[in-house]
Amino acid sequence: MRIETNEANDLDIKAQQQFSGAQLLIKLLERQGITHIAGIPGGANLPMYDALTDSKITHVLARHEQGAGFIALGMARTSGQAQVCFASSGPGASNLVTAVADAKLDSVPLIAITGQVPQAMMGTDAFQEIDTFGLMLPITKHNWIVRSAEELLEIIPKAFEIALSGRPGPVSIDIPKDVQNQLINIKQLPQPGKRITNPDFDHSLVSSMLTKIKQAQRPILMIGGGIVYADATQAMRTFAESLDIPAVQTFMGLGVLPDDHPLALGMLGMHGAPYTNLVLEECDLLIGMGVRFDDRATGKVAEFCPSAQIIHVDIDHSEIGKITNPVLAIQADIGELLEIANQLLEPCKRPLWRQRVDQMKQHNPLVLEGDNDLFRPYGAIKTVATLVDQSANITTDVGQHQMWVAQAYPFTRPRQWISSGGLGTMGFGLPAAIGMALAEPQRKVICFSGDGSFMMNIQELATMAELGLDVKVVILNNDHLGLVRQQQTLFYNKNLSAVKFQQTVDFANTAISMGVSGLDLGRSNYPLDDLKHALNTPGPWVINLPICETEMVFPMVAPGAANRDMIYGETA
Amino acid sequence: MTATNQTLLKLTVNNHPGVLSHICGLFARRAYNLEGVMVRPMINCTENTSRMWLLVNEDERLQQVIKQTEKLVDVINVEQHDFKDSVFEQTEQFFLSPK
Repeated sequence: MRIETNEANDLDIKAQQQFSGAQLLIKLLERQGITHIAGIPGGANLPMYDALTDSKITHVLARHEQGAGFIALGMARTSGQAQVCFASSGPGASNLVTAVADAKLDSVPLIAITGQVPQAMMGTDAFQEIDTFGLMLPITKHNWIVRSAEELLEIIPKAFEIALSGRPGPVSIDIPKDVQNQLINIKQLPQPGKRITNPDFDHSLVSSMLTKIKQAQRPILMIGGGIVYADATQAMRTFAESLDIPAVQTFMGLGVLPDDHPLALGMLGMHGAPYTNLVLEECDLLIGMGVRFDDRATGKVAEFCPSAQIIHVDIDHSEIGKITNPVLAIQADIGELLEIANQLLEPCKRPLWRQRVDQMKQHNPLVLEGDNDLFRPYGAIKTVATLVDQSANITTDVGQHQMWVAQAYPFTRPRQWISSGGLGTMGFGLPAAIGMALAEPQRKVICFSGDGSFMMNIQELATMAELGLDVKVVILNNDHLGLVRQQQTLFYNKNLSAVKFQQTVDFANTAISMGVSGLDLGRSNYPLDDLKHALNTPGPWVINLPICETEMVFPMVAPGAANRDMIYGETA
Repeated sequence: MTATNQTLLKLTVNNHPGVLSHICGLFARRAYNLEGVMVRPMINCTENTSRMWLLVNEDERLQQVIKQTEKLVDVINVEQHDFKDSVFEQTEQFFLSPK
């Protein structure tokens, strides 16, 4: 999570130097180690783009500001470093809002920098003027309007510090055009902003935690995105293995334990495996590590882990006690806490509990129906997973395909998987995949999508083509809004309302029209061979894979129901 | 007149445009009604800070909303106080309905 500065000794400019606000902004971003900015220019940020041509920062020209936001977000989630997106005022800024909100709910250090009309025109309903400050306020950790070029010297480093410190999150900075043009003489540039030290915590609480774990007969670890963001995966694995505690993972925590790890119980909650949710019914101590007890994970809170005491460790004070009443709560950086715990703990074995958990796993398995058929959801995902190696990074859009991937893809490492968890933004997948590929160009990116989601940011195919990235979009296409269809089927008496697309899209040819290779497996005589060829040919591809609209994600816990009350599919 | 379950939050905050928006916005989006707001720059203080008094109904969500308030970057400190002898008790005459 550290920001590297490549111009650390550039602190003192010997002679006083004149900058415009925009030039100063770019200079400060360079000093923060920013190498890429995704964005779109417009009237109110023209000076920033003028200054950008003198910089070694690479600009990624998105086709929609939401795409720009998600490209930066994808880079941030892959690298753990703060990343920047640019937009102009008015519609530019409002188009960014969804990406910023996504970053807020999934705790991503995204820095959104928008142009604003000149200060003299603010409040006059000027052309492309909106209250960007007001729009961004409830969806950022903090946000600013910059009132003078001089304020940039304080705000830019502070923005990075806030975005990266504690629980990460987005910030936004609105810069009126006159501030961008204002000339300022500067002798000294500020130190780049970086993550500040974590909160202190009472180390004796770690001993209390270990004592409680020792006393427990049936403990379960609940591993969340906090482990990923704290880069604490190794410490977490050591902790779980030393104390022999089986672990459930949240949607955000997938990959912390490899899929085939003996202690891994997969994802809990609404679409968790039967044994995962049932083990939680029996556990007597739940240790939540870097989790926020989201409703999709807990189900009906009053009936979540009914026989368990809860220990909660999180860096965000306000998460503790928000949903559950833990018997022991520690506000701490999970990595620091685990380091201490791993030194203090006495390793132990829990043969009886492990045996019971294995028994439940055997009797209540996750049935991946059709996993040997390429044209069924689990089969498609499993086939792709076997055709690419574990070095591939994975993104998804939002819907059934997202849950099928979360259930079935064999993740082996943190940050291998990024997906829109909290906000659930359809249209996330493609631009986030572009961001992932920019952050780790040595890795192939697979973006699983659906035909509904993919249409929501399809314009970024042109961006991807320009960059020539090794991204493979696999569209599980059922000509429907599948997860809505599923809920209407299960909970609205099969009254299907507005879920079928009457006009379908030829995604392979659409991709080709935007400079991306396209493959339609529905028209292929040798689908497996063609899929293998597409996945293994470097460069951007869109692969359309037709599936049946009656496919469902099972098990499913009805919204508001207890996790034990899972709805199972009819087995074929 | 004043419900017995009312309580006061005493905030020390940075004084610049937007701070009041951040605080009022937080309460509004968490559906926590503000029954009274009193804010002025601190008079005997060289720091550019303001004192903000918030009158709120005390319910089970209060501790959570206090924690959320403490997270705001421009909020320096939050304390809870009684209604008795407060700035709101002393100014009740300004909030009477016309006869």
